[in-house]
Amino acid sequence: MKQEVLLGDEAVALGAIHAGLSGGYSYPGTPASEIMEYLIRASNGGKKFIASWSVNEKVAYEEALGVSYAGKRALVSMKHVGLNVAADPFMNSAITGANGGLVVVVADDPGMHSSQNEQDSRYFAQFAQIFCFEPSNHQEAYDMTRKSFDLSESLGIPVLIRMVTRLSHSRSRVQPHPPQVQNPLKYGEGIDWTLLPVNARRQFKILVEKQGDLIKASNKSEFNSLRINTDNTELGIIASGIAYNYVLENYKDETERPSILKITTYPLPEDLIKKLVKHVDTILVVEEGYPFIEKNLMGIFGIVGKDIRGKLSGYLPSTGELSPETVRQGLEMEPLPKRQIKDFPMAARPPQLCQGCSHADTYRALNEALGSYPQSNVFSDIGCYTLGALPPYSAIQSCVCMGASVSMAKGGAEAGVYPSVAVIGDSTFAHSGLTPLLDAAAKDTNMTVLILDNATVAMTGGQPTFLSGEKLERVIEGLGVGKKHIRTIIPLPKNHEINVQIMKEEFDHNGLSVIIAARECVQQARRKKRSEAE
Amino acid sequence: MKQDIILAGVGGQGILSIAFVIDNAALKEGYNFKQAEVHGMAQRGGAVQSHLRLSSDPIFSDLIPKGGADMILSVEPLECLRYLDYLSPEGVVVTSQSSFVNIPNYPDIEKVLSEIETLEKKVLVDSEKLAKEAGSPRAQNMVMLGAASPHLILREENLKAFIRVLFEPRGDKMVEMNLKAFELGRSAAL
Repeated sequence: MKQEVLLGDEAVALGAIHAGLSGGYSYPGTPASEIMEYLIRASNGGKKFIASWSVNEKVAYEEALGVSYAGKRALVSMKHVGLNVAADPFMNSAITGANGGLVVVVADDPGMHSSQNEQDSRYFAQFAQIFCFEPSNHQEAYDMTRKSFDLSESLGIPVLIRMVTRLSHSRSRVQPHPPQVQNPLKYGEGIDWTLLPVNARRQFKILVEKQGDLIKASNKSEFNSLRINTDNTELGIIASGIAYNYVLENYKDETERPSILKITTYPLPEDLIKKLVKHVDTILVVEEGYPFIEKNLMGIFGIVGKDIRGKLSGYLPSTGELSPETVRQGLEMEPLPKRQIKDFPMAARPPQLCQGCSHADTYRALNEALGSYPQSNVFSDIGCYTLGALPPYSAIQSCVCMGASVSMAKGGAEAGVYPSVAVIGDSTFAHSGLTPLLDAAAKDTNMTVLILDNATVAMTGGQPTFLSGEKLERVIEGLGVGKKHIRTIIPLPKNHEINVQIMKEEFDHNGLSVIIAARECVQQARRKKRSEAE
Repeated sequence: MKQDIILAGVGGQGILSIAFVIDNAALKEGYNFKQAEVHGMAQRGGAVQSHLRLSSDPIFSDLIPKGGADMILSVEPLECLRYLDYLSPEGVVVTSQSSFVNIPNYPDIEKVLSEIETLEKKVLVDSEKLAKEAGSPRAQNMVMLGAASPHLILREENLKAFIRVLFEPRGDKMVEMNLKAFELGRSAAL
């Protein structure tokens, strides 16, 4: 087959398709969005297989689980924090087990390029006691995805693939292999999936008993490699995922390489680790994310007579993403010669709201409206509008997790904050804002929810939204918000005065109000225009 | 044979289009390549960079080590300075001299340009003027690709072939305009 140029994310998607994928589900989130983008493009409108954006990651996970229970192969993809949202079905699906192959792709974001934390999904795989792959390059992303489906079916558990930003968003050549056909519909054993305590206890025992098989599969995986340098018993390196590349980058000359164990599977390949540790005195653990392997190796007491180095011992930075330089430092090599400009006043160029963005008009009105109150809190959420935290707007005071704005505004209001304002986008509202609004409506809490309806998931590149326009209004009404206090504004400079006035009226209302700021995303409008032209 | 390139610019300037053309030309010529790019929050009107690595040997890291880049190719002058610590002592800077000012504290442009002038190997091109001459200020990215082309290890005709592929969906006029931008950039740099 012909080689293809693919993003790491796309290599995963193509691997899934060639493994006979029947259903793929996801919620947009950087750096994972391109997996589903690719699946949707390749699905031929759902004729070849189902590929669809879901309303949130929990829903996506459960949809994939339903496909797996039907005996077919399913993939669910998300960014790392998305797995927090999907944690409930994720943890429990390990206990019910999979019927058709179930592959969970989670893209971590070390360095927080576009995220609120750098949590390491390998802990989630360990927590659920399932198998995990961590590809180091594009070809592995493709091959491991195919392998994940086979393994999920042979072990009867979901398999997690841990991606990281630098692989997800890097492009390279991939050699695909002939595709296989989809599984037929095959009903499974419902009793396994019914986690009443009596069944759950039995199923959990089965999962725990499988752990030996998982370790065996890890020990013999073709994706791990141990190269012993018999001449060097001083230093050995354990490197996982893309960290392996940073190690090799610093040892271009093969003859200079110390013993290196490349790890790409979890639970850890214990036999390989024992072999390496036996051979050397010092072990440097190089891994992207938390010191997962290093901690496993150290335990509480360490290994007598061995010097274990890594993030815990300060040889590598314990936060942020690795790079060829930081690994070079950990290897105690001289830095490469480079140039530096001294005394030049470099100006940072942070991301910002686009020219003409509706959020900018909304924030100008909000700032002015709140100016008439001595104090206030604006709880915000996750999307482009989070950039409203930065100057020149400085309009919001929180960004925690999807949907949190509405619940936090309620808590704030109940603690005495006035005005207590939530700012949330239409897609984030559909994702996780409905339930807290139902809560606030039931108590008619004195707070104002500002829904920024730009009719798209803008931040991640314009994926479709589930709740916009009239439908959004009807849903808000259906949740129990008084019709009189559901207001719509059009955030445009010419409407500034009236928008400020409407906001003030609703802040003054002693009870729950929802203001919808409705105007299409400028990027989305441009994209539409372009696709019409083509 | 290897070439490590830092592509730089501001979100929206079409850095990834340059990368597309180089990636595909590299594939055609049988080079290994890796190209790390920035999506999402990091992109909106902010500084954007892409690490593009070409080599006839296997490539390990997706990121170019600091001090390892053979070229910085920038569609904006301030942005090329941002990544100077990636440039190897023998490396070349190919940059636009047309500033894109979307921040209040953008330094004095004369200072930016004179800083670039102090570099040993540099190519400065008025990409804004040449792109307009080609037909659209948005074609500055292809002007800069043209300006870089004499220094690339890839053949000119392959670069042009993938400019065609890239712009074909938007019609012949777009293809011709971007090819002209490439040509103008190339002759300005030669």
